[in-house]
Amino acid sequence: MKENNKKASLWKSLRVGLAFLAGIIIYAYGFEITKIDLEELRSETRQQSLVRVTRALAQPDIFQYEQESQIFTAPVYVTCPAGDAVIAEPDTSEPYVIVTPACAEVGETVTVEGFNFFPNSSGPVRFVPGNDPTNVVELGNDTANADAEGHFVTTITLPNRPSDDVQFIRATMRRNVGAPQFTQTAHDTWEKIIETVFLALLATTLGTILAIPLSFIAARNLMKPVRSPLTSIALSTLGWPLGIALGLFVVNAVADFTAPFTSSILVNIASVLLVPVVLTFSLRWALPQDDVASPPLGLRLGRLVVLFVSALIGFFWMYQLAGLSMNVGRSTEASLGSFAFFGRFLVQLGDILIVTTPAVGAFAAGSVFGNFLGRVGQRAAEKINEGTVKIVNLIASAAAGGTVFGLIGWLVEWLYQIGRPEYTQTGPILVGAALGLLLAIFTKAKDTLPTGLVIYYITRTILNTLRSVEALVMAIVFVIAVGIGPFAGVMALGLHTIVSLAKLYSEQVESIQSGPLEAITATGANRLQTIIYAVVPQIVPPYISYTMYRWDINVRMSTIIGFVGGGGIGFLLQQNINLLNYRAASAQMIAIAVVVSIMDYVSSVMREKAV
Amino acid sequence: MLQVKNLTKIYDGGVKALDNVTFDVPKGQFLAVIGLSGSGKSTLLRCINRLIDPTAGQILWDGEDVTAATPEEMRRIRRKIGMVFQHFNLVHRSKVITNVLAGRLGYVNPAWSLVNRFPREDMDKALRQLERVGIADKAYQRADELSGGQQQRVGIARALMQDPKMILADEPVASLDPVLAHSIMKHLEEINKNDGVTVLCSLHFLDLVHRYADRVIALNEGQLVFEGLPSEIDDKKFKDIYGRDAERVG
Ligand SMILES: Nc1ncnc2c1ncn2[C@@H]1O[C@H](COP(=O)(O)OP(=O)(O)OP(=O)(O)O)[C@@H](O)[C@H]1O
Ligand SMILES: [Mg+2]
Repeated sequence: MKENNKKASLWKSLRVGLAFLAGIIIYAYGFEITKIDLEELRSETRQQSLVRVTRALAQPDIFQYEQESQIFTAPVYVTCPAGDAVIAEPDTSEPYVIVTPACAEVGETVTVEGFNFFPNSSGPVRFVPGNDPTNVVELGNDTANADAEGHFVTTITLPNRPSDDVQFIRATMRRNVGAPQFTQTAHDTWEKIIETVFLALLATTLGTILAIPLSFIAARNLMKPVRSPLTSIALSTLGWPLGIALGLFVVNAVADFTAPFTSSILVNIASVLLVPVVLTFSLRWALPQDDVASPPLGLRLGRLVVLFVSALIGFFWMYQLAGLSMNVGRSTEASLGSFAFFGRFLVQLGDILIVTTPAVGAFAAGSVFGNFLGRVGQRAAEKINEGTVKIVNLIASAAAGGTVFGLIGWLVEWLYQIGRPEYTQTGPILVGAALGLLLAIFTKAKDTLPTGLVIYYITRTILNTLRSVEALVMAIVFVIAVGIGPFAGVMALGLHTIVSLAKLYSEQVESIQSGPLEAITATGANRLQTIIYAVVPQIVPPYISYTMYRWDINVRMSTIIGFVGGGGIGFLLQQNINLLNYRAASAQMIAIAVVVSIMDYVSSVMREKAV
Repeated sequence: MLQVKNLTKIYDGGVKALDNVTFDVPKGQFLAVIGLSGSGKSTLLRCINRLIDPTAGQILWDGEDVTAATPEEMRRIRRKIGMVFQHFNLVHRSKVITNVLAGRLGYVNPAWSLVNRFPREDMDKALRQLERVGIADKAYQRADELSGGQQQRVGIARALMQDPKMILADEPVASLDPVLAHSIMKHLEEINKNDGVTVLCSLHFLDLVHRYADRVIALNEGQLVFEGLPSEIDDKKFKDIYGRDAERVG
């Protein structure tokens, strides 16, 4: 027993020793690779530039003063003339400069003294050749600082400009007047920091809106109970692309129909106001509030027709709204003066609405068709006899498999332009159909499959993959796609926000109390109602808290996303660093620090309030 | 009329929580379900409204086969079966009135739930139910601001909103003190007697069983070991139900 223990402890110390050795080797290699070298830090030139940069950083280019200057000269001879150097007595009622000695050889040091200048002023002391008064020669370390009486003393070394004529030493003494003013750098920095904050705001908003629905399908506890028979899955899979295609077609038709009516503001206003009234009535009729008994078939068909027409009217309304927004924006842009950005905002909003409406329509129609066919499949699997269901499954599943693989093939063709249909068209379709067929053969006709879990895993995988791509890398991609500027930054940060928030949100959904969920399900609520009444109230506080946290991160990210061209203050900062303009860079760094710490504080306060 | 035939539930882990359980419940009866902790009471009640899918067996309710119902049919069946829970299972951050209105979800069109709208009659009805259980003044407070006894009343009001024909109560008073327990049980009794609602209630205390139940069934390790009147539980039966070493206290 004791023996055993000893052995164990020996073995243990040996292992500790080995681990220590391994650690040393790893860090040694790490030093080598990261080129850690303090010698470099101690070198003269490094230290000098470090000092220069640090000093510049300590004097951010934010304020400047109006300056007034006094320029006076004193005669000097270089070299000494043959006779006496005759120097006139200076006028002592004004500022004046005296050089001693009044004549000297090239390279000799003379003392320059100034009197009666502005108190505490400062400025350069320079040499002006007698034969060429426009040419001013800088003399190295030549700044003179006047004391409280306006008196300064400095020494200069005479330049290699020998002449027989009288030459001059000129002192230009300046002082600040009036209140400090912002520099151009400060103005630019302000403009860009605003851009940065709004970039973060838009990215956070966009990300949050899209992350919320995603978080539900990435939550295991909500998706696990979702199971459906193969018939339903296959038909639903066919329904989605069909619905999307039909939706696009219909919405585009509505767009064409609406186009002639969008130009007049009066028509815009009339339809924007009237359509909701019509829609309220038709929806009230088509969607009765209670769901007590199943209505007769005729009534249901009638309601479906009304719903369809309502959807058409709804899209008409969206286009009219877009038209109104654009028309109002355009006509007010000119008259709003400094609020013209509001007019442009309206125009952009209208444009966004026009671009997104077909997408919304396609998605809506896709989900309606997918859902409807899925339900038909569910019904069929429940009511029809096993043999028939099997046959339906074989056909539908093969068709669905073929469609999905065909669409993937089409995407591949579009991306890589392979141009060989047997690889990107017929091949995938056949393979997909075969896989679908196999699935239908090997599952029992009426068995339910874990649809929810499959969707859950696919969503999770996509989210995790995208999340591991840094926002900065995404920004590079978007800069290529939409050009340099804040828009690329919004897209990149937005996408990153979607995937990371969806992950965080879904973890919150997974950790809700299951009791209320059970209780709401027991009342007969369907899935949608259960989510709204049992899940949503529980996740509101953590969602707000995570959104604030993300907004905080986005502000930080948007300050550097400009390094790769994504807009915001990073662009300016990088430019100034490259131009060695450290005082301007310092101003921008200070701006970033201020904004980030304000954001940090605000978001922590809001988070506290929300929970 | 509820008929449970050869009901068996085996959980994923292999635990046999219900083993071939068969019994009937006539309309309007107050049936107590007793048994040790882990004997399968909760599983049984949850199988009846299919919160848990049974492994085998059949449940017939008013002639309808619950075990074979489609999701659509399940919605119509569930909305007629109210459920009351040991831990109340209210949505804490919602208002009391919203929790009560949730009892109508099986009756309203899901499309309107998206915008959180209930018909006016439902609002009135919710206030009436809260009055009936004596907490009308709490209607607009948050559910988690209420005491345990008040929360259970909200739970009962939510079940009443369903116009239930049957109420499943899973240890409704196990987390309440004896005085509150009686007041909650009296509400259930009143609903049972006045509205003719069938009640299935799992209970831990025999004095409550004697006081409120018309009939008792007992489970032991998933098997039905007793079925009869409360007064028929003598010392021998008691040991059958709760095991040889159990002592009778109540
Ligand atoms: N979700 C589940 N997964 C696996 N086993 C479970 C699950 N729920 C319950 N069980 C097991 O099934 C058996 C019966 O549990 P059940 O909750 O029905 O008992 P109960 O009589 O209600 O007990 P209690 O009086 O403590 O509430 C127990 O052994 C339990 O461990
Ligand atoms: Mg239990």
